[in-house]
Amino acid sequence: MASIVCVFLHSFSVPLKDKKLLEVKLGELPSWILMRDFTPKGIAGAFQRGYYRYYNKYINVKKGSIAGLSMVLAAYMLFNYCRSYKELKHERLRKYH
Amino acid sequence: MNENLFTPFTIPMMLGIPITTLIIMFPTMLFPTPNQLINNRMITIQQWLTKLTSKQLMNTHNPKGQTWSLMFISLFLFITSTNLLGMLPHSFTPTAQLSMNLGMAIPLWAGTVVMGFRNKTKISLAHLLPLGTPTFLIPMLVMIETISLFIQPLALAVRLTANITAGHLLLHLIGSATLALVNISLFTALITFTILTLLTILEFAVTLIQAYVFTLLVSLYLQDNT
Repeated sequence: MASIVCVFLHSFSVPLKDKKLLEVKLGELPSWILMRDFTPKGIAGAFQRGYYRYYNKYINVKKGSIAGLSMVLAAYMLFNYCRSYKELKHERLRKYH
Repeated sequence: MNENLFTPFTIPMMLGIPITTLIIMFPTMLFPTPNQLINNRMITIQQWLTKLTSKQLMNTHNPKGQTWSLMFISLFLFITSTNLLGMLPHSFTPTAQLSMNLGMAIPLWAGTVVMGFRNKTKISLAHLLPLGTPTFLIPMLVMIETISLFIQPLALAVRLTANITAGHLLLHLIGSATLALVNISLFTALITFTILTLLTILEFAVTLIQAYVFTLLVSLYLQDNT
């Protein structure tokens, strides 16, 4: 009886490496980040997972709408704005730049 | 004002690293791979447009020329998507860089010319002299035709670069003129705004891509058929 309870308790605790981000406690965050796979293959895998997550949620659905594409374009626009902010801030309507 | 006009055409840098390659690879994310018979709406629309375009482009070629269809469709899709993305505010258009367009134009043109010379040498050489020229004009005309042959890749590249760059510059200029005129005379500003709208419609540079691929197509067409 006690051994069965022990097995149950062990199966409740997931190893730190496999936890998702929202399940990691704040104190464990640095060690969690360091344990992630930062090899090129790992980074490529992360991008691929992110891409397919977005794709399967918004585009690869039966009745996809324009919102799936427009969110991507809006994010691209925002990215470009942030990238060129340094030149753009000279175009503000101020007396002293 | 002086420096601001050309800053959209500088190489995009982020933290000191040029990210041009990333921006060139971004349009590939917008063309997903179809893996079913009936796909989602985005893929279906893209497939329909691609079929329409490829039929239009390749129906004038014989089977040997049609082996180039994949190349042409990729080229067309790349230029269209890059130009359309460049119409978004603050974005960088890779096809506005002459280096990139030369890199696209010279290999493709050279491919068609070399293919023509290898497979139909006599006919390709005969293209250098138009029909029915007076005998004493022949040497000069051959030289002129050779020069016009070698100008083709340069013309392809410069045409695309100049059109995109000029269009973007015009939009910037007229946009800033409209903003400056709002305080001075509202009516002129409205007229300028109408001009801006019309220019934007023109800029939807799909026509330019048509020009690009069609010219390329014409050159291949001549080599293979006649």
